[in-house]
Amino acid sequence: MKLKANIATSDAGFIFNPATGDSFAANPLAADILARAKTGQDAAAIKADILERYDVAPGQLEKDWDDLLAQLRDFNLLD
Amino acid sequence: MPIASTLPHLTVAVTGLNATDSPGPGVAVIRALRECPDFDLRIIGLSYEALEPGIYLRELVDKTYQLPYPSAGTAALLERLAHIRQQEDVAVLIPNFDAELYNFIKLEPQLRALGIRTFLPTLAQLEARDKLNLAAFGAAHGLSVPTSRPLHSATELLPAAEALGWPLVLKGRYYDAAVVHSLAQAEQAFARLAGQWGVPLIAQQFVVGQEINIAGLGDGLGRTLSAVPMRKLTITDRGKAWAGITLADDALLALARRFTEATSWRGGFELELMRTASDELVILEINPRFPAWIYLTAAAGQNQPAALLRLALGLPVPAMEGYAVGKMFVRYAWDLITDHTIFQQVAALGEL
Repeated sequence: MKLKANIATSDAGFIFNPATGDSFAANPLAADILARAKTGQDAAAIKADILERYDVAPGQLEKDWDDLLAQLRDFNLLD
Repeated sequence: MPIASTLPHLTVAVTGLNATDSPGPGVAVIRALRECPDFDLRIIGLSYEALEPGIYLRELVDKTYQLPYPSAGTAALLERLAHIRQQEDVAVLIPNFDAELYNFIKLEPQLRALGIRTFLPTLAQLEARDKLNLAAFGAAHGLSVPTSRPLHSATELLPAAEALGWPLVLKGRYYDAAVVHSLAQAEQAFARLAGQWGVPLIAQQFVVGQEINIAGLGDGLGRTLSAVPMRKLTITDRGKAWAGITLADDALLALARRFTEATSWRGGFELELMRTASDELVILEINPRFPAWIYLTAAAGQNQPAALLRLALGLPVPAMEGYAVGKMFVRYAWDLITDHTIFQQVAALGEL
C-alpha cells in the first residue's frame, strides 16, 4: 500500500487529499494503518502487528485489508 | 488616542455589488482590497440597482454611485463617470461584470484622461474567450473545450441535441445556464434564457466530471502573476459555489499558465473547468474578470485584487508563489438592516 505523497492525515483520523479537496474520516484502526503506511512501513509489518494486537483470524484480516485497499483506491488516495 | 494611517490615500471604484445568491464579485474584491497593505483606501461602489447589497455594507463601501445600465452605451457611462470623478478622486476603477467590460475597455483612453486607471483585457482578448467563440479559442491555443454551437432560435435545439447529445447545456450569452435532458426541457429553458439574456444562446456538450475553478491574474505580457485553484464543495441550484476549498495540483497551475501565455491575458480571469474521469481538464468557460469567490485567494495568501490595483497604478508586481492549500470558504446569507430613507436616497438620487 503506497499512499500518495501529498495526502494529509491527522491523529483524529481525518484524511485530506489536497489535489482534489476531498476529505474522509477513518476509524481509529484505519487511521493507525494509514499513519504507518505514511511512515513507509510495509503491509506485512502492519498486518503482523494487527494480528498480534487484535483477536482476528489471518483470513479475515486479508479480506478486510483488501476491502480497505479497494476503498483507498476508489477514493484516489493511493499511488 | 486614535492612530492615523500613514499609508498613501487612494480612491478605488468597484462595480459588482450584487452580493446575492448569484453574486457579483464586487464585495469580495473590496474585501480583498481592504487588506491591501500599500494604501489607505476609500472605496467607491458603483451599482446598477438600488437593492444591490454591497451599497449597504458601509464598513466596506464608503460611498456608492449608480451607473447607467451597460445597454445605455459608452457615452452615458462616460458622462456619469465624469460626474463621479468631479466628486471623488477616483484613481483606479475595477469593473466586475462581463456585460459591462466592453464599455469600460472601449473607454479606457477617456478614463485615463479623467485620471482613472483600469487594468483590463483588450477587446480582442475579451471577444476571443466569449462563450460563442470558445471552441475556436480552444482550437487556436490547443486547449480542451467542449463542443458547442450558437442557438438563434428554439428550432435549432433539436439539431444541436442530435449533434452534441443529451443532456445538453444551454447557456446565456453572459450569465446563467441550464442542463436539459429532453426537447421539452430545452424549449422551456430556451424561452427563459433567451427572454432574460437575449439570443444567441450557446448549446454546449455536457461534460461529466469534477468541477474546478481557477482564479488568476495575468500581466498582459504572458506572465501569470497568480493562480489559485478551487473546488466547489457546495453549489446553489444555479450552480454557484457556496463553499469551496483551495487545491494543490500542478496540472491546474500549468493550465492557468498556458492560458495566460497563449493569450497574454491582461487582468483578472477565472477558468471554469471539468476534470473528467480520465483526468482530462476541459475548459467550460473563461470569465474575463475575478470570480465572486476571489476573497479566497487573499485568504490563501495571494491577494489578486490588491495585485491588480498595483498593476493598474503601474507598480511592479512579482509573480506570487505558494498559497495555503485546503483553505476553505463557506458563504452565508445575512440580512442587512437599513431604513427606507436610506433606500430612497439610493433609488431617487443614485448616491449613498
